[in-house]
Amino acid sequence: MTEAGTQDAPPAPDRVRRSGRWVFVTGVGLLVAWVLVPIWLLLANALSAPAEVTAFPRSIIPSFDTASLEFFFGFRGVLDALWNSIQVASVTMIVAIGLGAPAGYALSRFDFPGKEAFRFLVIMTRAFPLPLLALPLAVMFIRTGLDDTILGLALVHATLALPFAVLITFSLFSGIPVELEEAAWTLGCTRLQAVIKVVLPLAAPGIAASAVFAFVISWNEVFAAAVLTIENRTLTAFLLQSLDVSPLHLKFAGGAALVIPALLFIFAVRKYLFAMWGIANR
Amino acid sequence: MAEIRIKGVAKDFGTFTALHDVDLTIADREFMVLLGASGCGKTTLLRIIAGLETATKGEVWIGDRRVDQLPPRERGIAMVFQNYAVFPHLTVFENIAFGLRMKRMPQAEVTRRVTRTAELMHIEQLLKRYSGQLSGGQRQRVAVARALAMEPEVILMDEPLSNLDALLRLEMRAELKGVLAGSNTTTIYVTHDQVEAMSLADRISVMNGGKIVQAAGPVEVYRNPAARFVGSFIGNPPMNFLSASPAGAGQWQVGGQVFAGPEAPAAEFAIRPEDLHPSDTGLPAEVRVVEPLGPHTLVTATVAGQPFRAVIDSTLVPRPGDVLHLAPMADRIRWFNPETQKAL
Ligand SMILES: Nc1ncnc2c1ncn2[C@@H]1O[C@H](COP(=O)(O)OP(=O)(O)O)[C@@H](O)[C@H]1O
Ligand SMILES: [Mg+2]
Repeated sequence: MTEAGTQDAPPAPDRVRRSGRWVFVTGVGLLVAWVLVPIWLLLANALSAPAEVTAFPRSIIPSFDTASLEFFFGFRGVLDALWNSIQVASVTMIVAIGLGAPAGYALSRFDFPGKEAFRFLVIMTRAFPLPLLALPLAVMFIRTGLDDTILGLALVHATLALPFAVLITFSLFSGIPVELEEAAWTLGCTRLQAVIKVVLPLAAPGIAASAVFAFVISWNEVFAAAVLTIENRTLTAFLLQSLDVSPLHLKFAGGAALVIPALLFIFAVRKYLFAMWGIANR
Repeated sequence: MAEIRIKGVAKDFGTFTALHDVDLTIADREFMVLLGASGCGKTTLLRIIAGLETATKGEVWIGDRRVDQLPPRERGIAMVFQNYAVFPHLTVFENIAFGLRMKRMPQAEVTRRVTRTAELMHIEQLLKRYSGQLSGGQRQRVAVARALAMEPEVILMDEPLSNLDALLRLEMRAELKGVLAGSNTTTIYVTHDQVEAMSLADRISVMNGGKIVQAAGPVEVYRNPAARFVGSFIGNPPMNFLSASPAGAGQWQVGGQVFAGPEAPAAEFAIRPEDLHPSDTGLPAEVRVVEPLGPHTLVTATVAGQPFRAVIDSTLVPRPGDVLHLAPMADRIRWFNPETQKAL
C-alpha cells in the first residue's frame, strides 16, 4: 500500500494548497466586485451634482452633492410612490408573517402526512415566473376590484415573501427546544399560552428579521407592481415608468433610494437569512 | 392523596413497541425510581404519566382521577427535564414563579414561595440571573425549585443528574433526597444509574425492553432478583451465573460441586461476587485478572469455563493462573429458570 502511494504521488500538498488558495481569493474577489461595483457607481452618482454625472472623464469619488437627491425627492409623484411602497411593503410584511409564522411553527412541531411535500411545495411556489401569472392575476383583480389597490399588490407580494417567511420561521422554531414548551405545559400553560409566553419571546428577533425580509421583497418587487397598479404606483414601478423620460442623475438617485434601505435591512437581518439557507440546503 | 396507578399502558411508535402492558402502582408520597438501560422505555413511561405522550392503550390514574385524557396542566404534576428546560428569557425568579403566575397567585404568595424554594435549593443569591449566566448544576437547581414551587402532588424527574459531573451528581443526589423527603409529593425518578437508584428509592422498578421486570425495595431487588436480567443489571460487578446439571431430586451439580436447589426440570445457579469466601471445598476458580481496590480485591476468573467474578478480602493476593476455591454463602445462592429467565 505504501509503495503504491509513493508511485503515483499527488502533487506536493504545499503547491495544491497555494494554487487552491489563489483560486479561492480570485473567486471571492470577483464575487465581491460583482456586487459592490454597481452599488458603488450608484452611490457615487447619486451623491454627485447633476452636471458631474454626465461629465467626462468622470471621477469615481462622489462629491457629496445632494442636488440630485433633492431633485429626485422633489420630483412630482416620487413621495407618493415612496409612501405607496411603504404601505404595500408593510401590509406584505404583516400578511407574510401572520400566515408564515404559524406555518413555520406547524412544520417544526408537528409530524403530519405530506409534511416533506409541503415543505417542497413552499419552495416550488418560487418556480412559477411572475410574468406568467401576472395577466390572469390582473384580470382577476379587475373583476374583484383589487386592481390598483395597496391590498391587491400586497397580496401578490405576500405570496412571494411567504415561502421565505415559512422557511425562516421554521428554522427559528426548530432551534427552540421543544422541552421548553413542554415545561410550560406542565407548569399550567395551554399550547397557545406556551407559544405566547415562551416561544415567541425567544423567536422575536428572528421573526422581526423575517418580517424585514418580507418588507424588502415587496420593496424591491417591480413586475407585479408595474402590471397591477396604475395610479397607486410603488417606487419601483414609478421609476420603471419614468425611466425613459428622466435625466440620468434622477435615475441614479432613484436607484440609490431603492437599494440603500434594502441593503441596510438585509444587512441587519443577515444572520437569520443564513440560518434559513442552512435549513433549505438540508 | 396522590397514589399513581398505571394500568395496562402500552405505547407503539409505528411498528416499534416501546412499552408492553405496563402495570404499576406507586403509593402516595413514595419515591419510585424507574431503572433500566438506555432505550428501555423509561422516558416514554414518564412522559405518558406527565401527559406529554399519549399511550396507545391503558389507563393512568393519579389519586382518584383518571388522567390519561387530560392535558399536562390539569394532572397536578411537575416535571424536571434531563436538560433542565430553564426558560432562557426569564430570570431565575421568574422561572420559579412561572407556574405560580399561571395559577394567578397573588404577588405576595408568589414571592413567598419563590424565596422559600430558592432557599431550599440554595439559589437565593441567583434570583436575578438569567439561565445563560448559570452553571449546569445551578440550572438543575432552578429546574427543581421551579417544580417544587408548584407544590405538586407528583414530581416527575427524567435523569435529572445525568448531565452533571460526578462530584456534583453525588452532592445533588443527597440534597434531592433530603428535599423530596421533606415534601409531601409522590416522586417518580428515571435513571439508568443503579447507584443513584439504590441510594434514592423507596422502591425501584427495573425495566427491560419496555416491560417492568421487578418492582421492589432496593435491598430486595439486589438480594432477590425476580429475573436473571435484574441480577445481571444491578450490582457492580453483577451477579455470577453458572449452568447447573441435575444430580438427584433438588440437587444440582455446579462447577464440580453439588448444591441443594429447587426441584425443577432445569435451573441456573447464581451468586453475587461478594457472597463468596475462600474455602478448600469451594468452586474451583481459575484466576485471570486480579484488581486490588483497597478494601477489597476484584478477581476475574473462570469456573468450569464460564466467566466468574469474586470480591474477596484484600489480604488475599492470588495471581493469574492460580486456582482459588470459593465457597458460596448458602443462603445467598439464587436459582433461575434458564427458559423463562425468572427466579425459581
Ligand atoms: N418519538 C419517538 N418515535 C419513535 N421511537 C421512539 C420515540 N421516542 C422513543 N422512541 C423509542 O422508544 C424506545 C424507548 O425510548 P425511551 O423511553 O426514550 O427510552 P429510555 O428513556 O429508557 O432511554 C427507544 O427505543 C426509542 O428509540
Ligand atoms: Mg430517557
